[in-house]
Amino acid sequence: MLSVTELAKTYASGERALRGVSLDVGGNEIVAVIGPSGAGKSTFIRCINRLTEPTGGNVELDGVEVTTQSGAELRETRRDMGMIFQEFNLVERLTVMENVLSGRLGYVSTWDALRRKFSGEDIARAYEVLELVGLSGHENDRADELSGGQRQRVGIARAVLQRPKILLVDEPTSSLDPETSRAVMDLLTTIATDDDIPVLINIHEVSLAEEYADRIVGLRDGEKVFEGTPADLDEAVRDRIYRGTDVDQESATGAGSGPDEGAVAEDPDPEDESDGDAGGEVDDVVTDGEIRRG
Amino acid sequence: MAAEPARREWTRPTAFYNHWVKYAVYLVIAFFLLWSLWDMRISVARMARGWDQAAGLLVSMIPPELTPRKRELLVEGMVESVAMAVVATVIGVVVSLPVAFMAAENVAPKPVYAAGRGLITVSRAFHELIVAIIVVKAVGFGALAGVLALSFKTIGFFAKLLAEEIEDIDAGQVDAIQATGANQLQTLLFGVVPQVLPRIVGLTIYRWDINIRHSTIVGIVGAGGIGATLLNSFDKYDYDFSLTIILAIVAVVIVGEIVSAVVRRRVQ
Repeated sequence: MLSVTELAKTYASGERALRGVSLDVGGNEIVAVIGPSGAGKSTFIRCINRLTEPTGGNVELDGVEVTTQSGAELRETRRDMGMIFQEFNLVERLTVMENVLSGRLGYVSTWDALRRKFSGEDIARAYEVLELVGLSGHENDRADELSGGQRQRVGIARAVLQRPKILLVDEPTSSLDPETSRAVMDLLTTIATDDDIPVLINIHEVSLAEEYADRIVGLRDGEKVFEGTPADLDEAVRDRIYRGTDVDQESATGAGSGPDEGAVAEDPDPEDESDGDAGGEVDDVVTDGEIRRG
Repeated sequence: MAAEPARREWTRPTAFYNHWVKYAVYLVIAFFLLWSLWDMRISVARMARGWDQAAGLLVSMIPPELTPRKRELLVEGMVESVAMAVVATVIGVVVSLPVAFMAAENVAPKPVYAAGRGLITVSRAFHELIVAIIVVKAVGFGALAGVLALSFKTIGFFAKLLAEEIEDIDAGQVDAIQATGANQLQTLLFGVVPQVLPRIVGLTIYRWDINIRHSTIVGIVGAGGIGATLLNSFDKYDYDFSLTIILAIVAVVIVGEIVSAVVRRRVQ
């Protein structure tokens, strides 16, 4: 059970990416976070496992406070949170197997990691998970030889191998074509059910969120402006999330010609989102020095 | 809008404060050049004399000499030079690796970063001949001094370039490894090292090639290798042999560069 309370993040630049967002995620539900570019979706996910350091609020995993942890404690928490990235973030020059097994790094000694010596159990599980994601036989391919869809499957396999208590998924489909996107979403749903873990997922495509999520959260300008079931996500709510307007204002300006689902989903520019976040990351690396702290 | 009078003149803005400053700077540079020439007493007559001597030296060098006795000396010196280069490259690279990680801003804490950069700066501050002179004073004549001097210089080159490579890595891959709960060292090994490994191999070969070149020269100050043999031949006015040595050095350096270029193209 993940419990986020009033989570806030102000970047060194003064940009207030999160202004106190609260959310509970548990069971094996799929919670989709939607919102326009720059709404703070990525920051939200990254603050939960503290790849980005939150500047306010609390995160609890199974009752354990995460925001005050450091060193070994924080690493143990991270083992329990599998993360999947928009740009896959595979280690490009390593094999598929090494990428998948890196999900076990939190459990092996550094010396064993250097020698690529993982337990037989881990290796057996890695083969199993590779089969689950449809990449049997690719274990010796280098990650940079794979297609986008295959890479994201490796990313998923890596996260699953952690045997996490929750999956944090940041825009898993933004770099993929529609068909592959659906396959990836199907896979995430299967894992949630099979491993009985919740999935917190940032997603651009509102249609995918409606189809796959049990619950949808709308972020706008770092604030939660909606939380409900896909059925609650009507036109008015969408306008509130994506335009920051009420229906009345919308019709008054004459812009409310009723954009269809597709338009809303395609509207936000994925480039913007990743650029903005990258800026934040760099800030973090330079000022906070994630590696040296961990 | 009132019509402005047509402007028919334009001068390129100067990079200096204004045109007066520009000419003043040019004047200072010209003066300094003239003063330097005067200070060194370089004259046309002196240059002409030097030219004659150079021609004489060249003539006395031809034909290059390669008697069996000389060949033995040559091979001995050359083998020592190449061996020095290999050993110095290995030692230098092994020491450079941690220094490079220390000197990469994105993976090292500020004080460690400062220390790493400091080490690199010290290594880069002196020419290898200066380092070799100091080391020869410390450990005496011979190949050991050469190896130490070249190893030391390798740090400044290798660690600096590798540190810059580390600073350019994709942070996303590091994020992903950190997110699994990996510790600091594991993150370096899985998230950072694979990204810079080809560069490590390439730089090692490149530095080996540079070290071969430098190992032929440090002998001149007594740090072993073919340079000592060369200096000896000059001292004995054995110019025929000098030419042989110079040609041999050129050949070895060219071979080293070719090998280095081919291997690096394959790796990177």
